[in-house]
Amino acid sequence: MMCLAAPALVVSVEGKIAHVDYGGVLTTARLDTLSEKVKPGDYVLIHTGFAIQRLSPEDGRETLALFDELAASLEPYRSEGEDDPPQRPSGSG
Amino acid sequence: MNASFRLADPERAKALSEAIRILAPPEPIKIVHVCGTHEVAISHNGIRRLLPETVTILEGPGCPVCVTPASEIDAAVEIARTGATVCSFGDMLRVPGGRVSLDQARSEGCDIRTVLSAKDAVEQARAAKGEVVFFAVGFETTAPMTAAIVLDDPPENLSVLASHKLIPPAMAALLDLPDHGIAGYLAPGHVSTIIGTGPYREWLDSYEIPVVIGGFEPLDILYAIALILRQIADGTPKVENAYPRAVDDEGNRAALNLIDEVFEVTDAAWRGIGTIPSSGLVLRERFRSIDARERFEIPEPGPDPEIPGCRCPDVLTARAVPSDCPLFGTRCTPLTPVGPCMVGAEGACSIWFRYGERRTP
Repeated sequence: MMCLAAPALVVSVEGKIAHVDYGGVLTTARLDTLSEKVKPGDYVLIHTGFAIQRLSPEDGRETLALFDELAASLEPYRSEGEDDPPQRPSGSG
Repeated sequence: MNASFRLADPERAKALSEAIRILAPPEPIKIVHVCGTHEVAISHNGIRRLLPETVTILEGPGCPVCVTPASEIDAAVEIARTGATVCSFGDMLRVPGGRVSLDQARSEGCDIRTVLSAKDAVEQARAAKGEVVFFAVGFETTAPMTAAIVLDDPPENLSVLASHKLIPPAMAALLDLPDHGIAGYLAPGHVSTIIGTGPYREWLDSYEIPVVIGGFEPLDILYAIALILRQIADGTPKVENAYPRAVDDEGNRAALNLIDEVFEVTDAAWRGIGTIPSSGLVLRERFRSIDARERFEIPEPGPDPEIPGCRCPDVLTARAVPSDCPLFGTRCTPLTPVGPCMVGAEGACSIWFRYGERRTP
């Protein structure tokens, strides 16, 4: 998958190589495609064996807050007769 | 595994689907994404069946393997026939060239190998006595890795056949087609991790179309679709980042510097679409010695073969969904691919076949 990238946990760092843990699968990733420094315990997003972004679990929680914020801000967009939403036909997939 | 990064809880999915239902316009609209990984996430998670009937979502030119011109595959085959080892990503091997695929060249006795990373091609070259060529394809997400190995003192028997492409110019090119009908773009998350938000503004602002960068978890995609619909409802088209945990405005400076140091931007041919200005990367002059185009005699590129009945050109320009093609699932399947979109694991036809996806409703 050419644009697939997956989070992995940094186990150790040796120069521009990190040893990482993809939920049990241990491998290495190059760090020269990353601007920030990483240390053991950080999460990184890895694409074809190269880290492309440092991730933090807090950012995941912030994303959830964004979702909830959107869901709570829809009142102005509701139109008349919204109480009776049309149902999609079932069994279509 | 990494529970903080799995965003798939059913309650939030319901809330976001409800948001989409409220925000969706009454008239039919078409949203286009340009990323095979998005298509897998959409098909795998049944996202289309969570959307109102008026909202259609299609994959455009989101599969690097699918948009690589047949002439470049022919070039890789000719290089392999000289006795050199050719390494590329797995899907690349099965895509039909003008005459044969790399897989067929392998059955002739050529040395064709699959790699999962540019750095594996370096390992192959270190272990080999003869010439090794890395056939490098992919968008902005993958180009920095090719640049990294070019700069990292590669072994002398390694050369690179670079066919990297840039996504924002292709998104603009689709909007120049007559009757494109595109109401909004779901922009690719990991391309954006590298390039940030600037190139979308540069290429797409003048089209006044919503462009929302989305992640790949089911909730990320629903959220991005909701933001596209909210922009349409508000009449405020702009570039918006719905994947801030992996994308910031500036992008990945280290990766962008690698691309800039090694490559220059050029016009490039896209299979099924044609030539798109400023949409490709070629190695800079000072890396000629590692350019496979210099080291081997590469045939002049010919026109892409027309495949009778195949609607890949319409699928790649988001003017058809795979099941609109008469060959889909009949003559053309992942085991017997006719067109490139049925080959690549990121090709819309291959993904629709694997997940039983169909036009909704």
